[in-house]
Amino acid sequence: MSESRVTWSKYSAPQALYPLAGKLIPWCAGASILFMVAGLYLGFFVAPTDFQQGDAYRIIFVHVPAAWMSMFLYVVMALWAGLGLGLKARPSFMMAQAIAPTGAMFTFLALLTGALWGKPTWGAWWVWDARLTSELILLFLYLGVMLLHASIDDLRRADRASALFALVGVVNVPIIYFSVRWWNTLHQGASVSMTAAPKMAATMLTAMLLMTVGFWMYSIAVILVRLRCVMLERSRQTRSSQSAFEQGVKEVRP
Amino acid sequence: MKWGSLSEFLAMGGYGFYVWLSFGTTALCMVWEVLMLRRRQGTALRTESSEEGVNH
Repeated sequence: MSESRVTWSKYSAPQALYPLAGKLIPWCAGASILFMVAGLYLGFFVAPTDFQQGDAYRIIFVHVPAAWMSMFLYVVMALWAGLGLGLKARPSFMMAQAIAPTGAMFTFLALLTGALWGKPTWGAWWVWDARLTSELILLFLYLGVMLLHASIDDLRRADRASALFALVGVVNVPIIYFSVRWWNTLHQGASVSMTAAPKMAATMLTAMLLMTVGFWMYSIAVILVRLRCVMLERSRQTRSSQSAFEQGVKEVRP
Repeated sequence: MKWGSLSEFLAMGGYGFYVWLSFGTTALCMVWEVLMLRRRQGTALRTESSEEGVNH
């Protein structure tokens, strides 16, 4: 798509961010495919069968990266939201707005793949334990941010209200993360942690990390595409309200 | 390679349903998100260029 067709200079939209995002998108998309292919190959053809869970454990290669992304993206979204509130910067609000749907998607996927893993290993699709419940709350928080933004017509008020909502909801992320330690949960403890050696085979761990990097790159790519959409749509909105204003002025003073 | 045949691979030691539904839904969600974004981008760009045609 051509950059020249978009004339930012006339409007007060961020001129540098749009083409920069456009340059990054193909690289991130390409890297995401490479990492995911490598991760899937390692996960399905090299990693051994688990002695306890059989091949059902292979769901880990999509479940854990999705769950990590769901939490990570929420924190990043809240950071942009906070930055937007603090600096009154519109691009920050647009970033937060661009992140929310992808974060919600990964939260949904973490819950779904978790249910599909829980059924064969625990014998239940769902249990109301701390980890699962707090992850479900995360999904509601994402949806809340999106719905709140969509339900307010005035863009500036929508930005501020949803940013505040996102910022308050961030307390849920450490609750999810530490839930397996704070409460007695059915969900297993962390397989990978910063302080202890990983409790899994090296090939399993490598496959999981490759998939995580792949999901990460995917997220950056789609979020940047959405950011560009948001920028285009907003610049059009400001213009149409501007021309409506000018029209109004003309009508009052012919 | 640990799999003897394709059917063995697809069976995933009896957990095929859970494993493939997990990976399938994830892939579907990602493809769907990309398609929806391409559509949204197309619409946004078309409006952009058509408005410019009007303005100039």
